[in-house]
Amino acid sequence: MALETLTGWRRRLQAREISSRELTELYLGRIDRLDAQLNSFITVTREHALAAADAADVRLGRGEEAPLLGLPVAQKDIFCTEGVRTSCGSRMLDPFVAPYDATVVARMNAAGAVMLGKTNMDEFAMGSSNETSFYGPVRNPWDLDRVPGGSSGGSAAAVAARLVPAATGTDTGGSIRQPAAFCGITGLKPTYGRVSRYGMIAFASSLDQGGPMAATAEDCALMLNAMAGFDPRDSTSVERPAEDFHSDLQRDLKGLRIGLPREFFGEGLDREMRAAIETALAVLKDRGAILVDISLPNSGLSVPAYYVVAPAECSSNLARYDGVRFGHRCADPVDLQDLYTRSRAEGFGAEVKRRIMIGTYVLSAGYYDAYYLKAQKVRRLIADDFRRAFTDVDVIAGPTTPELPFRLGEKSADPVKMYLSDIYTIAVNLAGLPGLSMPAGTIGNLPLGLQLIGNYFDEARLLNVAHQFQQDTDWHARMPAAFV
Amino acid sequence: MEWETVIGLEVHAQLNTVSKIFSGAATAYGAEPNRQACAVDLGLPGVLPVLNAAVVAKAVMLGLAIDARIAPRSVFARKNYFYPDLPKGYQISQYELPIVAQGHLDIELEDGTRKRIGITRAHLEEDAGKSLHEGLGAMTGIDLNRAGTPLVEIVSEPDLRSAREAVAYMKKLHALVRYLGVCDGNMQEGSFRCDANVSVRPRGQEAFGTRAEIKNLNSFRFVERAINFEVERQIDLLESGGQVVQETRLYDPERDETRSMRSKEEANDYRYFPDPDLLPVVIHPEFIERLRTELPELPDAKRDRFIGAYGLSDYDAGVLTGSRELADFFESVAAGCGAPKLGANWVMGEFSAALNRSELDLRDSPVSAAALAQLLCRIEDQTLSGKLAKDVFEAMWAGEGDADAVIAARGLKQITDTGAIDAIIDAVITANPAQVEQYRSGKDKVFGFFVGQVMKQTQGKANPAQVNERLRARLLGD
Repeated sequence: MALETLTGWRRRLQAREISSRELTELYLGRIDRLDAQLNSFITVTREHALAAADAADVRLGRGEEAPLLGLPVAQKDIFCTEGVRTSCGSRMLDPFVAPYDATVVARMNAAGAVMLGKTNMDEFAMGSSNETSFYGPVRNPWDLDRVPGGSSGGSAAAVAARLVPAATGTDTGGSIRQPAAFCGITGLKPTYGRVSRYGMIAFASSLDQGGPMAATAEDCALMLNAMAGFDPRDSTSVERPAEDFHSDLQRDLKGLRIGLPREFFGEGLDREMRAAIETALAVLKDRGAILVDISLPNSGLSVPAYYVVAPAECSSNLARYDGVRFGHRCADPVDLQDLYTRSRAEGFGAEVKRRIMIGTYVLSAGYYDAYYLKAQKVRRLIADDFRRAFTDVDVIAGPTTPELPFRLGEKSADPVKMYLSDIYTIAVNLAGLPGLSMPAGTIGNLPLGLQLIGNYFDEARLLNVAHQFQQDTDWHARMPAAFV
Repeated sequence: MEWETVIGLEVHAQLNTVSKIFSGAATAYGAEPNRQACAVDLGLPGVLPVLNAAVVAKAVMLGLAIDARIAPRSVFARKNYFYPDLPKGYQISQYELPIVAQGHLDIELEDGTRKRIGITRAHLEEDAGKSLHEGLGAMTGIDLNRAGTPLVEIVSEPDLRSAREAVAYMKKLHALVRYLGVCDGNMQEGSFRCDANVSVRPRGQEAFGTRAEIKNLNSFRFVERAINFEVERQIDLLESGGQVVQETRLYDPERDETRSMRSKEEANDYRYFPDPDLLPVVIHPEFIERLRTELPELPDAKRDRFIGAYGLSDYDAGVLTGSRELADFFESVAAGCGAPKLGANWVMGEFSAALNRSELDLRDSPVSAAALAQLLCRIEDQTLSGKLAKDVFEAMWAGEGDADAVIAARGLKQITDTGAIDAIIDAVITANPAQVEQYRSGKDKVFGFFVGQVMKQTQGKANPAQVNERLRARLLGD
């Protein structure tokens, strides 16, 4: 049987052409056979998955139609899953079995999803290459010497290699979109507040947002229908009427105004990448969209502002990992100071420590105004840029990344180079806007992504544009040869 | 040199909500360790705080009661530091934008004058857990039941000039939060406690001296003793050429002294920043006005009314309005017997003494306000003399029934029948001719002998005023 998209499998399950158990076994088999090359899963929950599949088959037999009923999915290991290790890619949480489900997990379970396991990720979601994971790097299925991007690199690689039809990701500065681009899949970071953060282990609370990663925009819509919604347990979750993200997929693009920020097409963008993106934009133009040059003058400030705000929040968010109540504790502490110092020194990796130190520094007495407050002001300027732009255009488009997937180890020694890998995605998080990356071409054998940025709560529009694009292209349907 | 003491208090009052400030766990005191700590209180990975709206209403009521400014927008901030009983590694508090600012409280000084004490701010925060050291060998236990209990921290201006003023202020605030019903005020359980910032300066000098902060004082007595000790310590230090260092000190009630806990150099940089997990608290004027209408009568207003409506002295009114329960009790007694002054005397006298003797709380009193009122009615209608009433009260306290039942059972009804009293008087006069002679020849003192004899014959039940009047008439008139 051919490997379908999430939507395709849903159709087949509903038509009873395959059972959820068969489907689950199919994918568990692929994981068993192929994941040794990728390292995309930290934990595979075989027993749990088969039990969930059997339960789904009973519901399917009754004619139920819950959105994800019987469909195999993977959860990024940043989402708490009751009774299952939730490591966040860190030694610190290697022994941690969550006693509760994140809201996203609970919603997806209620929608009938069958969780196959927990995907690998950069430690505490801090990284752009998936090399900071305690569980080792994930490899890009298109070229095993290259990184899959990060921090949701495990989810991206697993979906790209069809080890699972869809997975969750989280995006603080590009952690869904950049790996989606690197692995040739579709990933959506929703508007801040659209998806509950309860049970999603915090990196930078004002920026973190969970979202779907799948082959197609249509699959992402299906996933988002289950993931999104107001949650009284998350004060920053936004109360809005429920939306069907499928509803706008078929809308045509005639007259749609797409803004192309000149700052995203300037220096720093790979020449071939630029050509590929322009070819992709021509597809949208052929569908009737109008391409408009725009400017986001403060976007150059987004990386520095981000690397103040995100570490500041992370330094506080990660203070709870102290060896006292859960997670890693050093052996034989002699006193409290020793317990703290060694537990944290042993439990955290280098990149996490670097960001905790930066964050601690920028919040310190005497530096707070110069760094943290200044960064918050920059953040407002960046949001204002977008606000102005959206008075003129409906959607903003550009490359997701400035370059193709790089080689493992290529940027590990130079954090700034690594940070610049997210130069086009970070501003979206600072402004709290929704952003999507879809496969838009290849260079050599490597995929590249086109990013779409929407106004607040315009996810349906982004999915619409991507779906229309995917009617005329097949980048999203291509699979890395080694995993067919 | 003459020294002046300068004190500012930071009072922590636990708000008596059913659930915690940012989680649904119960706040009740005394549960088994860690039985009232949910995932949010434990600071598990991924959990998020959600503000309990009841906490906001209680803070606003307090703000209104101290005539403060209620912030239309206040912000929760994280106070970052490591401590084993602080599960998240930060305490959620308010920093730059507290919910309540610029209020005041008037206290009564010993000379009867009133003094206004400024209140800089009152902000909301979560309490931490507790470290347990007993019965665990060399280990330290952590109990997080208290973690997340809502607190309001009320910060005074450095307007207090003595330990007594500090105690008066703290007592006033204690009464106020209990009047408002926002805090149970239980100091043994730590529901109401304070830190005292103490410094001294040469009288007449404007600049403040270096202060020491005495942490975690949980009784009025400790506040007074700790401040007095600290003032003396600082004066001794300065007078012997030393210097006060800015530091945090702990009061040890066993030794009655304060000891250094950590110096300013060791003090944490708390790295406050707005908590990104919580939205700003926005308070609309209509909400404030609704709560204003729901405010109970406050202590000062009640005292003034007691003076005006019941004709009580300033002192009596002050004592009776010391707590809302006592004031309510008094008002029930006064209404029940129709004699406010008699009621005030009894509530403050016999009744309070009995409570103290039995070490009981007002709410556990075996004699209700209605029962006490009935007893006082029997004084008013002359059934009982004041002296007999005290005996009846003791019997009521001991559980022998209400006043009328005790009177009936003990046959204590006062004899007011003139004929009956006259008959007894006549018998006494007849039986004691020598004393009659003495009295009639001018020995006034013998009169007491006759009163005693009559009371003895009636087992004290004769109305004393009536006895006096009739006896005098009989001795002189006939």
